[in-house]
Amino acid sequence: MAARSASATATRKPASDAPEAPEPLVIGDLTLSSRVLLGTSGYPNPQVMLDAMEASGTELVTVAIRRVNVRDASEESLLGLLQQQGYQLLPNTAGCYTAREAVLVAQLAREALGTDYIKLEVIGDDETLIPDVEQLLKAAKTLVDDGFQVLAYANDDPITCQKLAGMGCAAVMPLGSPIGSGMGLVNPYNLRLIRELVPDTPLLVDAGIGTASDAALAMELGYDGILLNTAVSKAKHPVAMARAIRHAVQAGRLAHAAGRIPRRLYADASSPATGRVGTRSP
Amino acid sequence: MAPVLIVGGGTIGLSIGWRLARTGRAVVVFDRAEAGRGTSWLAAGMLAPDAELQFEELELYAFNRESLDRWPRFAEELEADAGQSVDYRDEGTLIVADDRDSAEALRRLYDFQREHDLNVDWLTGEEAREIEPFLAPRLSAAIHAPFDHQVDNRKLIEALKVALQNAGGTLREHTPVERIAPDEEAPAVVLGDGTRVDGSAVVLAAGPWSRGVKGLERAHRPPVRPVKGQMLQLQMELPFDLQHVVRGPDAYLAPKSNGRLLVGATSEEMGFDTQVTAGGLYDVLEGGWDIVPGIYDLPVTETWAGLRPSTRDHAPLIGRSAAPGVVFATGHYRHGVLLTPITAEEVAHLLRTGETSPWIEPFSPQRFTSSTAASA
Repeated sequence: MAARSASATATRKPASDAPEAPEPLVIGDLTLSSRVLLGTSGYPNPQVMLDAMEASGTELVTVAIRRVNVRDASEESLLGLLQQQGYQLLPNTAGCYTAREAVLVAQLAREALGTDYIKLEVIGDDETLIPDVEQLLKAAKTLVDDGFQVLAYANDDPITCQKLAGMGCAAVMPLGSPIGSGMGLVNPYNLRLIRELVPDTPLLVDAGIGTASDAALAMELGYDGILLNTAVSKAKHPVAMARAIRHAVQAGRLAHAAGRIPRRLYADASSPATGRVGTRSP
Repeated sequence: MAPVLIVGGGTIGLSIGWRLARTGRAVVVFDRAEAGRGTSWLAAGMLAPDAELQFEELELYAFNRESLDRWPRFAEELEADAGQSVDYRDEGTLIVADDRDSAEALRRLYDFQREHDLNVDWLTGEEAREIEPFLAPRLSAAIHAPFDHQVDNRKLIEALKVALQNAGGTLREHTPVERIAPDEEAPAVVLGDGTRVDGSAVVLAAGPWSRGVKGLERAHRPPVRPVKGQMLQLQMELPFDLQHVVRGPDAYLAPKSNGRLLVGATSEEMGFDTQVTAGGLYDVLEGGWDIVPGIYDLPVTETWAGLRPSTRDHAPLIGRSAAPGVVFATGHYRHGVLLTPITAEEVAHLLRTGETSPWIEPFSPQRFTSSTAASA
């Protein structure tokens, strides 16, 4: 992409701040060329999962430590398949209800998988799966102090997100809407505030993405990436949806950097009116 | 002619042996323990291609459907050969929704089923309860799949063991096969005690343990992994009298004629772990109770965690493997009992004639060329 546009505009270099080359997503020491993080559950079968991952372009995939046997990375195991394909694993603490549980699960993941990265998820109740803020902040603090690179799944509350960023989380990941709901970004206003309050820590929308436009919108709001699972795994054609998400994230990112026009109440003709035959002078 | 050597005495291995033996072929079925006490024993015996229709798995559906169509005749012949019943039940299956979200999901499944011309009906909760009065009153919608049937998987195993031996086949239980020795002309197996048994062909039908049998090159081993499923068994007592298989968003219930009521099942990526856990039982019980609350008072007679032999594309591995003289019949995942007739008949056909039938061709073990390659 970058090369092609460079040659097309060979006579005039683009302005220095124009978004041309795709920048990598940097989370802690991790540099990713894809801004899509994908979950590993609920696909029709593991082959479809692997094909969808490839179509999405993701490099970092998240695995629930309580839902897989982390001691089993044999060739045909889920972990084995992911590792053979070269994916980096992001363990998550799904299914934890208290800070203490989440910390212990994170430590188990670090020991078993040899990674300091953890997607921290501390759930408040099992109908909404919305994070328990008090427990989340406590766990995040403990894990950051213990040397973890914490990617915190959070409520779309600006103050909570600001606190998580402030205590040194590697990334903050507010929800668009509840996990698996596919409801999209129900409060884009809050998501925008979070971006403004947390300018320097990577922000990802995690949970709630239902289709490609939700992903594009998250990126247009200035987010650094998205984490999703169900929108892809439960789509009628997961591989096609994964490809759509990949393009949407790229499009949204580019649109954000391109700088959208302000909204107007009235029309503003795009063709020049001056000099048109029959144009009346005022 | 040297015998066909079958490694694994579950429903797949026993039924291949039985089909071959009844046409006069010498067969020996080896099982490391009591035959059929692994995956087959711990299954639910549902023959449910319509209910289990999955996005992106239409080829497997056609195979499942064909096997279901073969089941009634298969059961009849088996019962005649064994002189005992397998409890084939054709009351049909109800797939139910217990809230708004699951009703939407159910409607999506129904639309997909209709798109592919499946013979299923959409029912209101009231209509569903007329068919099966033990459904929870709050259930709002259901799909009736009248052609999704069931058998008693444990009776199936007992019948296959008898039928195999009545037809002249040999069953060697508590005889683990340590190693397969592939050879185009004269393959063999080596037993745990070092004895070598020569055969005309070797069939690997060891379910989730198929990968652990030694003697195959690494790239030739069947790409099978275990997927854990926790279940429990209740004993039905009057006035409770469920007649249909009922499948809800989080659990299914499968009633057998002798009063066994199977409630299952979790699906967990836990390797060979078979621990029964509080959470596993809780999820299954809650899911069962949500849709058929009458189970509340029934005695729990057994709980277990079984292992399903799963491949990467959830389709079985049936046919010639890359190892000379070795045929695979494994990787049936959740469909081993359903796929028993078609697997047994088509593998027997392959061993008798050398021909791979069009039915099993898509499920060739060689579609995974190496442990990391994608399917064709």
